[in-house]
Amino acid sequence: MSAPVFTGIGVIAPNGLDREAWWQATLDGKSGLDRISRFDPTDYPVRVAGETVGFDPADHAPARLVRETDAMTRYAFAAANEALADAAIDTDAFSDLEMAVITANSSGGVEFGQRELQKLYSEGPQAVGAYMSIAWFYAATTGQLSIRHGMRGPCGVLCSEQAGGLDVLAQARRVLARGTRLVMSGGTDASLSPYGLTCQLSNGRLSTEPLPERAFLPFDRAAGGYVPGEGGAILMMENREEAAARGLDHPYGELAGYAATFDPRPGSGRPPTLRRAVELALADAGVTPEEVDLVLADGHGVPELDRREAEAITAVLGAGRVPVTVPKTMTGRLYAGGAPLDVAAALLALRDGVIPPTVNVRPDPAHGLDLVVGRPRETELRTVLVLARGYGGFNAAAVIRSL
Amino acid sequence: MKRAVITGIGVVAPGQPGREAFWEMIVKGRTATRRITLFDPSRFRSRIGAECDFDPEAAGLSYREIRRTDRAGQFALVAAREAIADSGFDPVTGDPGRVGVSIGNGVGNAISMEQEYRTVSDNGRTWLVDPGYMKPHLYSYVMSSSLATEVAWATGAEGPTTVVSSGCCAGIDAVGYAVDLIREGSAEVMVAGATDAPIYPITVACFDTLRASSTSNDDPEHACRPFDRRRNGLVLGEGSAVFVIEELEHARRRGARVYCEVAGYSARANGYHMTGLRPDGREMGEAITAALDEARINPEEIDYANAHGSGTKQNDRHETAAYKRSLGEHAYRVPVSSIKSMVGHSLGSIGSIEIAASALAIDRGVVPPTANYEEPDPECDLDYVPGTAREAELDVVLSVGSGFGGFQSAVVLTSPRRIA
Amino acid sequence: MSGITFGDFKAIMSRCAGELDGRELTENDLDTAFTDIGYDSLAVLEIASQIQREYGLQIPDEAIEEMTTPGDVIGYVNRHLTAV
Repeated sequence: MSAPVFTGIGVIAPNGLDREAWWQATLDGKSGLDRISRFDPTDYPVRVAGETVGFDPADHAPARLVRETDAMTRYAFAAANEALADAAIDTDAFSDLEMAVITANSSGGVEFGQRELQKLYSEGPQAVGAYMSIAWFYAATTGQLSIRHGMRGPCGVLCSEQAGGLDVLAQARRVLARGTRLVMSGGTDASLSPYGLTCQLSNGRLSTEPLPERAFLPFDRAAGGYVPGEGGAILMMENREEAAARGLDHPYGELAGYAATFDPRPGSGRPPTLRRAVELALADAGVTPEEVDLVLADGHGVPELDRREAEAITAVLGAGRVPVTVPKTMTGRLYAGGAPLDVAAALLALRDGVIPPTVNVRPDPAHGLDLVVGRPRETELRTVLVLARGYGGFNAAAVIRSL
Repeated sequence: MKRAVITGIGVVAPGQPGREAFWEMIVKGRTATRRITLFDPSRFRSRIGAECDFDPEAAGLSYREIRRTDRAGQFALVAAREAIADSGFDPVTGDPGRVGVSIGNGVGNAISMEQEYRTVSDNGRTWLVDPGYMKPHLYSYVMSSSLATEVAWATGAEGPTTVVSSGCCAGIDAVGYAVDLIREGSAEVMVAGATDAPIYPITVACFDTLRASSTSNDDPEHACRPFDRRRNGLVLGEGSAVFVIEELEHARRRGARVYCEVAGYSARANGYHMTGLRPDGREMGEAITAALDEARINPEEIDYANAHGSGTKQNDRHETAAYKRSLGEHAYRVPVSSIKSMVGHSLGSIGSIEIAASALAIDRGVVPPTANYEEPDPECDLDYVPGTAREAELDVVLSVGSGFGGFQSAVVLTSPRRIA
Repeated sequence: MSGITFGDFKAIMSRCAGELDGRELTENDLDTAFTDIGYDSLAVLEIASQIQREYGLQIPDEAIEEMTTPGDVIGYVNRHLTAV
């Protein structure tokens, strides 16, 4: 299968509300984790999150669309505008059936949903608004983007928690190989309403540490869970020849390989499958382990899950041989938005020849990883491996390569 | 190119669970629509649903499976196990890494999300909900992806696994996704299908507000009247259909019985409106044409069209126009029927339930009818197979779907007789 | 509650469906179709739902189908509030 290229990036992240602001903050090691401000978290065991403080949806979409959407979709409106402009795409130059939208989603529009559930139970069925039908469900973002930008090709929505953000890139590759010329992909999530946070609390993996700089420490001996965040990235993908034909000579990079696996049921006695996902993705890209220059790790921040990820990385790539980084220490885990943001980091790392740092972490040497901590590392990069795991057993790996 | 065939079918549809109970009901033209029993619907505008007579324990689920899953997950587990048993394929004897899962879904674990919301919010009193009352499986309810997790655990799959969540087209798109993975070689076998269980106050209230559901509350058995002049809206349904879809040579090697080939699939968006459809049938017509092109099949070869036929004024007019646009004169010759008249509209899962009906129609040589069709509508003037099933040798069957978000999908199934 | 004024209606509309892009809704728009003003069918349903909530009315399906302009909505609400 021919490798599609990434031609545009749009970002909404807790530590930056557009692509370059986020990237600069990421290189500077500026974290977006802080005490929750959207509601008073005093009575909740988790008080730190990565919120997109200062985001104003009215800057990115007409009031009508803001009214009928949850925050997750409003982030996508903003990131999609930025990605289209970045790729210098004039949608009028494409036929509508040649363009598609394929996004990942995890929790749906849970804040919007909570408000309408409250109306239902405090006032009755007649109080439920008409937009509930189109704002809460997992397909809301793809539908809205498709309508807004007139993209009528093979659209889609995939949900595999954090892994879904890589699964959609592979789906974009499939439809590009079959004749679609342009895909808007990636994902955004926003699950930080009181009910949304409560849902996440039940997984037992969230950090209860109240100090933002101590709350999310993947691969650290003090790792005690992860911090949830909101936002994500929208990525424009095209076939390389097509991009070149419209005068875009320097795409950010290509999706050279991908694979997904699923972990066996707990207690089955069978081994986890992240390692196989890595091996299959490298094989798909035609890349040897020696050629991998950087790993953007899933970095769960839960000791057992960190250990498993480190084992998979070192088993395939060798212990300490390849730099590994977790920029999501500055954003928290963004669910469906997390892996697209990591892919954005991989692409900008390739562009600038610099590895963004992992912040606040003192690497546990037992993991055998060369974790890039504290400050960015300048180096020649060509091939980056991005890993993502979704709660419930989903694993995905993508190989991103410069051209 | 590799080819993908259906070798196992499991169904939990309104009425009694199980593939054969489903088939018997729809060929007899019986309807499962009734006054809602899953909650007290008296305060709602529409009080009708097509419900599954489903007892998870009697259906063979373990105590733990029942405790941790929503009704939607329970349907999927039962349907997946029936499909696996039907196919005779045992995922754990081969390489489980070559077996994947794709489950279509529209509204996730909606019943559990709503029930648990009531608990933590003290029945809607507090915005700052109390996590002290949360259930340990709540995180699995907020994400639809847990539905794929359950099916993968139940079947032993370790290959590519996901939930496809394109609203009411998800039941078709999950099958399309599975076929793509098989054709490209990412998996040899996919356990694919869809599930949804939306009959609960919030979803019923949504369709009330949109005025999209039928208000024939005095006559629930005849409430859903696709293509009929007096149609007044859809009836919500629930349920699941899951398939074992295999690479053709893999199925041949193990001597599997083949129901049909999934020969063509397409998804298109209307780029127009989140809930509206153009009256001219453009977008669905495009989806049908694209699926036929992929299958390399001419419109004239279609022997039966399994309709979306939701029973809303808007859809049935759009869909009729779409058949005329995409099939030309053949639209007037091909039988078109909507099983939603009997099993309602189960949102994200109905596409798979309709694929099950289509695959069984090929297998058994019977076109299921449209129930409750009595008065023709001048805007809907095709052969809708009113009331009574018809025997016919079916080589090519088209099934279509349409949903919120502006999605339209179509799939073409072909008889094993056509596999050279 | 005695009735709904144009001002009340305008406030509900902007709460439900957002301000108009680049212009104010005026009484000259009373007989302009919602679609021409820039509000789609969903926006009309949302407005209807909000009016039901705030005025304690139940608006039947047939009445909604006939609400194609702001004037239709205001007229309907006032006829039915006085009837109560």
